[in-house]
Order: sequence, then structure tokens, then C-alpha cells
Amino acid sequence: MTLTVYLPRDAAAKALGSEAVAAALLDEAARRGLDLRLVRTGTRGMIWLEPLAEVMIDGVRHGVGPMTPADVPALLDDAGAHPKALGPVDDIPFLARQTRLTFQRCGVIDPLSLEDYAAHGGLAGLRRALGMTGAEIVQEVTDSGLRGRGGAGFPTGIKWKTVLGAEAPQKYIVCNADEGDSGTFADRMIMEGDPFCLIEGMAIAGLGVGATRGYVYLRSEYPDAIEVMTRAVDIARASGVLGADVLGSGRAFDMEIRVGAGAYVCGEETSLLNSLEGKRGVVRAKPPLPALEGFLGRPTVVNNVISLATVPVIFEKGARHYAEFGLGRSRGTIPLQIAGNVRFGGLFETAFGLPLGEIVNDIAGGTASGRPVKAVQVGGPLGAYFPVSEFDTPFGYEEFDGAGGLIGHAGLVVFDDSADMLRMARFAMEFCAIESCGKCTPCRIGAVRGVETVDRIAAGDAGAIPLLTDLCETMKAGSLCALGGFTPYPVLSALTHFPDDFATRKEAAE
Amino acid sequence: MTHPDTLPDQVARICAAHAGREGPLLPILHDVQASFGHVPAGAVPVIAEALNLTRAEVHGVMSFYHDFRDAPAGRHVVKICRSEACQAVGADASIAAAEAALGVPMGGTTADGAVTLEPVYCLGLCACGPAALVDGEVVGRVDAARAEAIVKGLRA
Repeated sequence: MTLTVYLPRDAAAKALGSEAVAAALLDEAARRGLDLRLVRTGTRGMIWLEPLAEVMIDGVRHGVGPMTPADVPALLDDAGAHPKALGPVDDIPFLARQTRLTFQRCGVIDPLSLEDYAAHGGLAGLRRALGMTGAEIVQEVTDSGLRGRGGAGFPTGIKWKTVLGAEAPQKYIVCNADEGDSGTFADRMIMEGDPFCLIEGMAIAGLGVGATRGYVYLRSEYPDAIEVMTRAVDIARASGVLGADVLGSGRAFDMEIRVGAGAYVCGEETSLLNSLEGKRGVVRAKPPLPALEGFLGRPTVVNNVISLATVPVIFEKGARHYAEFGLGRSRGTIPLQIAGNVRFGGLFETAFGLPLGEIVNDIAGGTASGRPVKAVQVGGPLGAYFPVSEFDTPFGYEEFDGAGGLIGHAGLVVFDDSADMLRMARFAMEFCAIESCGKCTPCRIGAVRGVETVDRIAAGDAGAIPLLTDLCETMKAGSLCALGGFTPYPVLSALTHFPDDFATRKEAAE
Repeated sequence: MTHPDTLPDQVARICAAHAGREGPLLPILHDVQASFGHVPAGAVPVIAEALNLTRAEVHGVMSFYHDFRDAPAGRHVVKICRSEACQAVGADASIAAAEAALGVPMGGTTADGAVTLEPVYCLGLCACGPAALVDGEVVGRVDAARAEAIVKGLRA
């Protein structure tokens, strides 16, 4: 009898030792003469349980983890009785409480098996889209209420409509996979765990707006995602999902993977387009919008990985199904990425609307260190630090905006009470200085002055505090893109919510 | 008898392999760096010629991006994440331990050329930090003791 074991090959699982576990499984099975079928998957997103092995018992996947090579013999003896047995994986509360739409297959299937993909609902959306006109496809996306998951929250359907209406000999779909925000890994996870989902979403986008070429701009810091996506594109092309005749429809769409080169600012769409063209990744002034003059000056859809990877499920289950989830103008689901100092870190896909405190205390289980939570940075290095007093803020675009923050790419980084918020404010400015593209003065010079001004505060100069506030206002109002424009969010939120961290030094110095 | 390829020959061949692509400069620079371990100064005019750019434009692009080196790195490259999520779980201590064990600051290479230590800003391993990339392989939960053990192991 064949024993089927699933084990992630996601980068987070690898970073925690999955490859040694895989080797031990194969060795031990060979030694016992056991017929083992080892399926490498993406991750379910419960990173504290990685490497998480899943053993098929009576048709149900049972989890055992976190695995080490030493845990392998007991797993092959009787997985259900293993000291690290977790029971049926789908019943683990962290997973059972989620609404998995975009990530429905991630961690479940072999990422590079198109058969597995199709058997789990894959390609149904593309087949449906092939029977629709471009305008109908764009309308479906508009009706779903999908908004840009990269952070800006711009309605995806409106962007697509602009590109659909633009006349040009060539249009492009560009996927922004330059996921540089600390605390975010949803793009990486889906590219490594369900790459065909992104490919299908881009193909639907191409059909919708009349673009036949696509690019994924993928950051070089993700070597595993680059490998999986590159292989998936080759497989999709060889299987007729991509190419001159998409699924036998006679319509063309093809794409390639392009690797970034370590510049955070290239996550900004106009820098990304310059970089893709082979230029320095400097920001372009808008207008013209990339939708009208994007890659090589042609109409271009630039969407985040999660936006595009959500398109297939919208077409598979219908725009109405997707739009039924959510809160206010934030429709559908959002893959929360829970990171930093937390007990249960990982990816939690849920409808918009959960209060921040419930995410941090309940779902994430508080801090890993066991100390009190001090601050949560939401939305990456350009996102605000939220104190515990703001924990009733519901997770939605407008709700976070109203609280002086942003949801960004939906990463949450939790800090315990040992965090020094003045240092975090300084880091925000330092990071902006390191990564500034140099095009506009408020960002290029402002970030450097920001570091110096925080240092003055640290040295006891209280007069530097209004200077810092003023500098932040200038950067907010005067920067060309979100790097300079949003760096003030972490700085000012740290200053506003944690004034003691900025004052104690002053008193100590006096 | 065949002559060994000169550097310009090899670079020209890399450029030719990307002919016809839209925006080929970054893929070319990546391939050159993969071949030589860095982008040698002698490669710049060859690339400029192939793409009908000025040398200044190629240099400008190359120097914009953190990934491209103008000199070889050490035999091993250790990148430790400095981003917020890793800081929240002690990345600063891991970095300090690696720096102390190697006797070089971030961005430096040990005198014996064994190890280059560099910062990286997010590896997407934010739920299992501090994270590092050791010769291209991801490593999670790199606390100070582990950071020291990793870099010492590379010099042994």
C-alpha cells in the first residue's frame, strides 16, 4: 500500500529545515522498503508548525509538525500516534477559521502539477473568461469590488477599463511581484505554492484588456519563487495555457519572469516599469498613468500578485460570491500576514473587517516572547505603528486610513514592550534614505535629514521634535511616490503614540 | 587550436542571447554577474555597444541596484535581514554576533576573502525571523548564537 506524505517546499519551510526532513523521509522509507509517495507542496501558512508534514489517513490529511529528521521514524510507524500529531489539518483552528479564496489551493496541491491545479478548480475561471468579451471580463472584475492588494487599494476593474479603452498596437499585463515590504510574504507564498493561479489571473487580465504579453517583475530576494514561477510558465506554455492559442481558443497570451535587482523602490509601479525597460528604477511623474503610457510607453495593467491571483476565483465562483465577503468598500478577502514577535505567525486569509486586536491577540496568540504587545506596524515599512489603544480598528482600507494608517499589503509586524519606538522611527528614515531613488528632493534629502533629526531628539534636543514633524509634513506633501510620501507614517505614529520613547532620552540627557 | 574566450567575447555572447527581448539590460547584467561573480568594468562598454546605449547609461543602471557588484564578493555571501519583522525578534543581536565573529561590519568582506556579510531588506520569511540567506539558501530563526555558528562554519 502506498503511503502519501505531503511536505512543503515553500521558502519558509525550507528555512526551517524541510529539505533535511524530506531526505530523511525518503531514506527511512527506502530502508523499510515502504512505498512512499512524497508530494512537495506550498505552505498552508502556519509557519510556526513548519516543516509541517501531512499524512493521508483514510482520505484525510493529518498533520505532524514542526518536523525534524528525528521525528521521521515515528511518523512512518503511526502518524496518528506521533507525539507531534496535530489531527486533521483542516480542523486546526488557525486554518478552520479562515475564508480561503485566493489561497484555496496553497499548501494543498503540488504547485507544479497542472493536473492537480485543474482538479482543484484551476482553469475554470479562464475557461469562463474565454467565453466573454473584454468588456464583460472587466465588468466582472469591477462587480467583484476587487481593489489593488499591493497597498494603494485602487479598484482593479477601473484600471482594467482604462487599458481596455486605450488604442495601441501592443498592450501589456505587468505583475508587480516586488514584494519588498517587511512583514509581507503573501506574494511569495502563492507564487511558490500555487503559481498557475497567478498565471491564470494574468491570462484573464490579458483577455480582458486586449493585452497579449505579460511580465512578472519578481524580486531577486525570492530565489525559490523565481524557480517555481519560471518552471510553471514553461509548463503552462507547453500545455497550451499560454501561447498563441490559449486553451485552444485561438486567442494569444504569453508571459515571462523578470528578476529585480534589490531595489525596494521598484515596488512602486512607475519605478518598476523603468526597471523592466532596463533603466534605473527611478519614479516617473504621473500623469501619464501607466494604464495609458506604461511599459515602453504602451497601455499597461500593473497589478500586484494577490490582485491578479484573486482573479481566477472571481471568475470561477462569480463576482457576487466574492463581493459578499468584506466590510464597507473593502470587498472580498484579504490575506493577512502575521509576522514579527508572535506566537502563531503566518498567513490568515479572511474577509475584511476583523478588528486589529482580534488578529493580534486572538489569531496570532500575542507575542512569542510572552511579553505585552507594544506596537503593531501594519502595511510594511511605510505603514503606521498602532498602539494597543487603537486595537478596535477594523481591518479595511477606509478604516485604517481614518485611524492615520494604511493596510498596505496587509502585513502586520508585532513588537513587544522591549521595542524602542525612537529607534524604529530612525530606522524608517534610514531605510528611506537607503532606498530612495533620488528623483525628488523631499525623499532624497528629507530622509537623510530625518535620521539626523531623530538623532538630535535622541541626544536630548526637544526642539528637534517640531522640526521632525514639519519635515514629515513636507515629505508627505512633496514626494513623488509612496516611499517619501509614506515614510512619515511610521515616524509620526511612533512619535504620536509613544511619546515616552522620545522623551525619556531627553530627560536622561538633561 | 581554439583560444580561450576573452571577457568581451563572453559578454557579447550573453548580450546576443538576449537579442530581441524587451528591456534586456537587467537580464544581461544578471547573467554577466552570474558568469563572473561581479560585473567587470570591461563588460560595460560591450553591453553599451550591444544595446546602443552610452557607457554612462549602463554604469548608471548597474550602480543603481544593490545586487550588482563592481568587484567580486567573498567566497561565501551571508545576507542577514534588517527589516522590521526581523528586528522585532532580535535581528540586531544576530547582526552584531555575525559582525563580531567575522571582524567585519555589514557590507564588509573578511581579509581572507572567505565571507562577505551584507544586509538584506526582507526575504519574505517574516514569521520565522531573524532570516538570512547563506550562499543563496534561506535560513530562518537565526538568533545570535546561530548567526555566529553559521559564519564561523563558513570560515572553517
